[in-house]
This record gives sequence, structure tokens and C-alpha cells, in this order.
Amino acid sequence: MGCIENLAYEMILPLGASFRECREYVERNFSEFWYVDPGYKLFDEYIIGLPPIALGIDGAKIVFPYTKPCHGTYLLGVEDAGEADRVRKTARKKK
Amino acid sequence: MTPSLPVPATALLVLGCPEVPVQQALALHIAYQLKQHGARVHAAGNPAVLNLLKVSDPEKHYLPEVQVLENCISEIVEKRRNAELCIVFAHSDAGISYAATMRHILPDARLVLIIFGKDPDALVALVDFPCETIIEKAVHNPMAIKKKINGVFGWAA
Repeated sequence: MGCIENLAYEMILPLGASFRECREYVERNFSEFWYVDPGYKLFDEYIIGLPPIALGIDGAKIVFPYTKPCHGTYLLGVEDAGEADRVRKTARKKK
Repeated sequence: MTPSLPVPATALLVLGCPEVPVQQALALHIAYQLKQHGARVHAAGNPAVLNLLKVSDPEKHYLPEVQVLENCISEIVEKRRNAELCIVFAHSDAGISYAATMRHILPDARLVLIIFGKDPDALVALVDFPCETIIEKAVHNPMAIKKKINGVFGWAA
């Protein structure tokens, strides 16, 4: 996912967080969160993970899990108002 | 060497990080067996694991087609690639995430999840999606897990 690696991202949870830790963190720490399934396109890349995948939104910032085979899952935050609006329109509220 | 189930026309091997040595040997063993049984085999992984396979199989006898994992996932989601059988190697949380993703984007495939490494039992609890599992503590010695794989697919030792 070279595209995401080139974004100006904030590391919310460090490398090696489990997928469930990422989901629970989003659910606990963001008042606005949405669910998508694996294969959902975000920042022009397909998201990996155990469904449902939780995406947090804080204003224009999207918080999402990013999995790399060698390291596990990071939780990243990226500011992008347009992509945040697209998530609001295409993701779901219920697990 | 009669397989216990119909031979798939297309098989996809999804490989994890190559830090656990048995994965490389098992991938080539499975590719060999599937090819012997008439399947077209394709492998996906990160650049490091693909380079290991390319060096081990320079004339592409066992794995004629390898691909970066992200590209493979894109092609499946966009319906440009399919597989009747998908075998995922997992020795970490990330591997289970990839298996869950494959379950979701290849809903009709037979999904076999090989859970190995130093502590496979810790990963088994994360598997809450339909698949067949082969579980074995295996890092350097592939023999016990190879036997289990052969048993699942009906291959002779």
C-alpha cells in the first residue's frame, strides 16, 4: 500500500497492535465511527482486516487500520475532508 | 496420489512475512502438489517473500505466477482474478487479517488457513470466520505440519 505510506499520517497506535485492539480503540475513543468490510477502498487502497473494520472520524481526520504482513496492524490518522465525507456516505453505522 | 476433494482449477497461496522458515518450504511443497494435480497456482506476498520464492524456483517450475499481495487483492476485489482454492499462511495477527480479507473477497473459494509459528494457539482464537484450519507449532522443521497439510488435501507423504 505505497499510496497510504506516502500520505502525511499520524500514528495513533504503534506498529504491532492487534487488529482487535485497533477496532476497540476506535470504538472507545471516537464519537463518530463507521464500519466497513475488508476490500473497502480508502485513499485508493483496499483495506485489510477482520470484519467489521472500524473507521473513526474526527472532523476531517479519518482513523483507520493499516496492516502490513511483517509488522501487524497500525492505526493511522489522515486529514482529508473529502475522503471523510465519502466514508460518511458509503460506510455503515452498524456492525 | 488421489486428492480427497475435487482438484481446483485455480489456487492462490497467500504468504505472510518470511521470518518463519517453514513457510518457504511449505509454499513450494503445496505449489508442487497442486501443480501435480492439475491446478494453476498463483502466489501473493510481500516483495521479500516473493524474492525468496523467485530465488528458490528460478525457472518457475513450481510457482510460475507470483504477485505483490496488494495488487492481488485489488484484482480480486475488482473481479479481475478469482481462485477456487485459497491457502493463507498465518503466523501473526496480520496473517489472520489477510485470511479474513480473503474470506470476504473470495466468498465461494475453499479457504484453508495454515496457522504456524512459535505460538499458533494464540492466533486460533482470532479466527471467527468460516475456513478450514491446519494448526501446528512449526518454525524450522516443516515435517509435522507438512504431514497435516498432506492429510487435509489427500496427498501422499
